[in-house]
Amino acid sequence: MAAAIPAAPRKVLPLLGAANFHDRIFRGVVVCFGAIALLAIIFVIVGAMVEQSVVSVNTFGLNFIWGQNWDPVKRQFGALPFIYGTVVSSFIALLVATPISIGVAIFAVEMAPPWLGNTISVVVELLAAIPSVLLGLWGIFVMIPFLQTTVEPWFIDRFPNVPLFQGPPYGVGLLAGGLILAIMVTPTIVAISRDVMLAVPISQREAMLALGATNWEATARAVLPYCRSGLLGAIMLGMGRAVGETMAVTMVIGNRADISASLFHPSYTMASVIANEFTEATYDLYVSALVEVGLVLFVVTVLMNAAARLLVWSTAQSSQQLGAL
Amino acid sequence: MATMALRPTADIVRRQVVDRTMGALLCLSAIVALTPLALVIGYVLANGLAGINLDLLTKLPKPVGELGGGMANAFLGTLIVILLASIMGVPIGMLAGIFLSEMGNNHFASVLRFLTDVLTGVPSIVIGIVAYTLIVVPMHSFSALAGGVALALIMIPVVTRTTEEALRRVPQSLREASLGLGVLEWKTTLFVVVPSGIGGIVTGIMLAVARISGETAPLLFTAFGSRFWPDGLNKPIAAAPLQIFQYAVAPYKDWHSQAWAAAFLLMLLILGLNIGVRVVTRTGFQRIR
Repeated sequence: MAAAIPAAPRKVLPLLGAANFHDRIFRGVVVCFGAIALLAIIFVIVGAMVEQSVVSVNTFGLNFIWGQNWDPVKRQFGALPFIYGTVVSSFIALLVATPISIGVAIFAVEMAPPWLGNTISVVVELLAAIPSVLLGLWGIFVMIPFLQTTVEPWFIDRFPNVPLFQGPPYGVGLLAGGLILAIMVTPTIVAISRDVMLAVPISQREAMLALGATNWEATARAVLPYCRSGLLGAIMLGMGRAVGETMAVTMVIGNRADISASLFHPSYTMASVIANEFTEATYDLYVSALVEVGLVLFVVTVLMNAAARLLVWSTAQSSQQLGAL
Repeated sequence: MATMALRPTADIVRRQVVDRTMGALLCLSAIVALTPLALVIGYVLANGLAGINLDLLTKLPKPVGELGGGMANAFLGTLIVILLASIMGVPIGMLAGIFLSEMGNNHFASVLRFLTDVLTGVPSIVIGIVAYTLIVVPMHSFSALAGGVALALIMIPVVTRTTEEALRRVPQSLREASLGLGVLEWKTTLFVVVPSGIGGIVTGIMLAVARISGETAPLLFTAFGSRFWPDGLNKPIAAAPLQIFQYAVAPYKDWHSQAWAAAFLLMLLILGLNIGVRVVTRTGFQRIR
């Protein structure tokens, strides 16, 4: 008996060794070509952006961000007009899209019957898939004529002394850019806020309803406060999308590097200037300046995305912990 | 007393009015949100159908100023670039997804997961600059390859995360059963876990393809566009979204109608992929259950 037992491992061990070897190869392949490759891509992206913008960073330093002149002929590069255009158009987009999007999410999750709520979410997700060049096409041929002939003259007539509504109605401009961005970020904000609200434990609502609260009261006092940080994350993800969005904005914002208080004035965003001028950049400093605009854009969107993801994660995790209790 | 208490007081009426009003407002916000999106689809359908003809899919663009011609090269170019991107992006994305799902219980994996999520949010124009730096500068030419690399970079994080999610949905008991029978870990992963989650993985890949097929910004200075048939992977290549952009901002009426028609076809492809995926996965899930 005792002698029979050691015999088995002797046969099995080489096999096990081979098995271990095969598994190690597999793990190696997965780690190298999956994980490490992904990590390498992230480093390459950062590296490429930094390397290409070094010339511009060294030449202009911080003046690049505060400079108001963008004049390739005179080799003057200041990115402030683009930063201004990006900030203002994204701000308009969020101002319009946030209340509506969160309203849609609340309606779909808390108010509507399940079939309607699900239909709305599916449709909204489909709409997120529409490429921005199609929205830009629609913007050029439908939205801009409408703004130019109807909306902007109305504001100019009613509020002649408000700086926001000065100047001739071009159609293209900050307002057009902001509105097209609002359309684009709505699906993003709706989808994430819906996920966040679905993660709120059902007991939160039941407790309020059992106390005699109406549906809206339960939503406003038990659900929304619970997922506040997640909703903030959803808005920030929308903002990240608005800031980095290129094609639709380029097609409707007018592409003029001016800083003007008027919403009807043509403007320019960081993404659009790269899209329009990159292939025309004829000397190294010009290319480098455009890449530096991209680097600023990259850093801003990465920071916003990182913060947003952390907020969304924290909501999901806190409700998971509560569910475990 | 009891009947007195049951009679609605002014306070309850007020609360119910608030409840109804908010319900109506929220419903209104849903309508407001869906209207512009419905308008976009409606206009693309109407104008696209008006401009569509066989030339669009079979002929090359005519020289500037001449009427007629098509965008056959752009559609072929889009297919080639998507194919290139998938060849590069799908294996890396899938392997990274397998890593995160099957070997992902450590700090490195958490960091990687987070970075992947953040990578999805990097603006596509920035990805364009990266591909320009990596491929166009050393090759001294805009090229189909550079376009493919740019789109692959966009595709990888999407495929990674969807693969991970699909594999995480595979029940742990399946892995245990396979390992318990003495099947090696790599065989378990490749022949038990991955096939069980293949529906979700394919869904992810199709959604990623749908996403990159409409991307324009990263192609501007990588694929660059062309008015001729594709001519090798190291030469500039046409792509439908690029052509739509160029035609839309040009001053020619004929180009505008071609842009609408191409937009219609592109939308059909993208919405078709998205809806198809949903239909297939729904029936697929039912079969598993």
